[in-house]
Amino acid sequence: MIKVRIPTPLRPLTKGQGEVESAAANIVDMIGSLDATYPGLKNRLCDEKGDLRRFVNIYVNEEDIRFLNGKETSLKDGDEVSIVPAIAGG
Amino acid sequence: MEFTEQQIQRYSRHIILNEVGGKGQVKLSKAKVLLIGAGGLGSPAALYLAAAGIGTIGLVDGDVVDLSNLQRQILHTTATIGAPKVESGRRMLSAINPDITIKTYQLNVDTENILGLVSDYDIVLDGSDNFTTRFLVNDACFFAKKTLISASMFRFEGQLTSIKPHAGYPCYRCLYPEPPPAGLVPNCQEAGVLGVLAGTMGILQASEAIKEILGIGETIADKLVIYDALEMKFRKVSRPKDPRCPLCSATPTIKDLGGDYSVACTI
Repeated sequence: MIKVRIPTPLRPLTKGQGEVESAAANIVDMIGSLDATYPGLKNRLCDEKGDLRRFVNIYVNEEDIRFLNGKETSLKDGDEVSIVPAIAGG
Repeated sequence: MEFTEQQIQRYSRHIILNEVGGKGQVKLSKAKVLLIGAGGLGSPAALYLAAAGIGTIGLVDGDVVDLSNLQRQILHTTATIGAPKVESGRRMLSAINPDITIKTYQLNVDTENILGLVSDYDIVLDGSDNFTTRFLVNDACFFAKKTLISASMFRFEGQLTSIKPHAGYPCYRCLYPEPPPAGLVPNCQEAGVLGVLAGTMGILQASEAIKEILGIGETIADKLVIYDALEMKFRKVSRPKDPRCPLCSATPTIKDLGGDYSVACTI
């Protein structure tokens, strides 16, 4: 299984959970399957074309998927995925 | 420059550290640090920078102290409610360390004034509360080649990084190319924040600023630090330079501060 870290702003969609699990083989499938369980998540992460929004980053372990294989970045058992949106509070 | 006996006593716990010493303390006393925002993050950062003997601290904030600020903005007190934050801040910082110079700017930064402000300082700390200011400060520091220590927070979560593209590291736009449109990400202080989280993140900013001035330790310029107060967990993720960055790549699309920086503030 893959652990997916949900950031504070998106936790209302995951019933408050900060960590959920996924068995997806890549990021695009992971977003799809999470959206099936937690409707609305995909819309917060991706634009109308399905591309990752430019103020949201997704990391596989410590690496930003924009610098790996983007949405097609593959996942394997034991990976930790972090969703990290820009925040502005000060 | 020579320290007085009193100053040597004041900074003695720094001076006995090999990594600081008398020379390091002189560096701190010659340093000029600008704080964008004298609020949640700026308050704890300013207090420790003043205590550390940073020679010149600039405070930029257009707001006045409000009762609802005092849950986290420890530069201000019940007695200074209604006063400009920069004046309230000046009083507090002078009381902690009368030897330092405090410059105040009671204004909101904009495309007209930001370059002039940052150019007078060595290091800038961003503790602002909106995306418009964060992108503007990043871009201005890029053009002025100033190191920017950026922190932000939301509810129970904080982010921290150092930004110094002039030293080959990524800029804020390498991390987040564009601000979110209105309504998608909460970006106003009204969204709620654990008061003490401001302390944690602001003090980390001060710590990174002091490290930059002294030239010691590891930089976080190629990392993003994410702190979750509820889990009591710090995570670091990599923050590479974006070869397609609109600002700091070889082929930039942003060449000055003439663009539109406005982002509507919607929760």
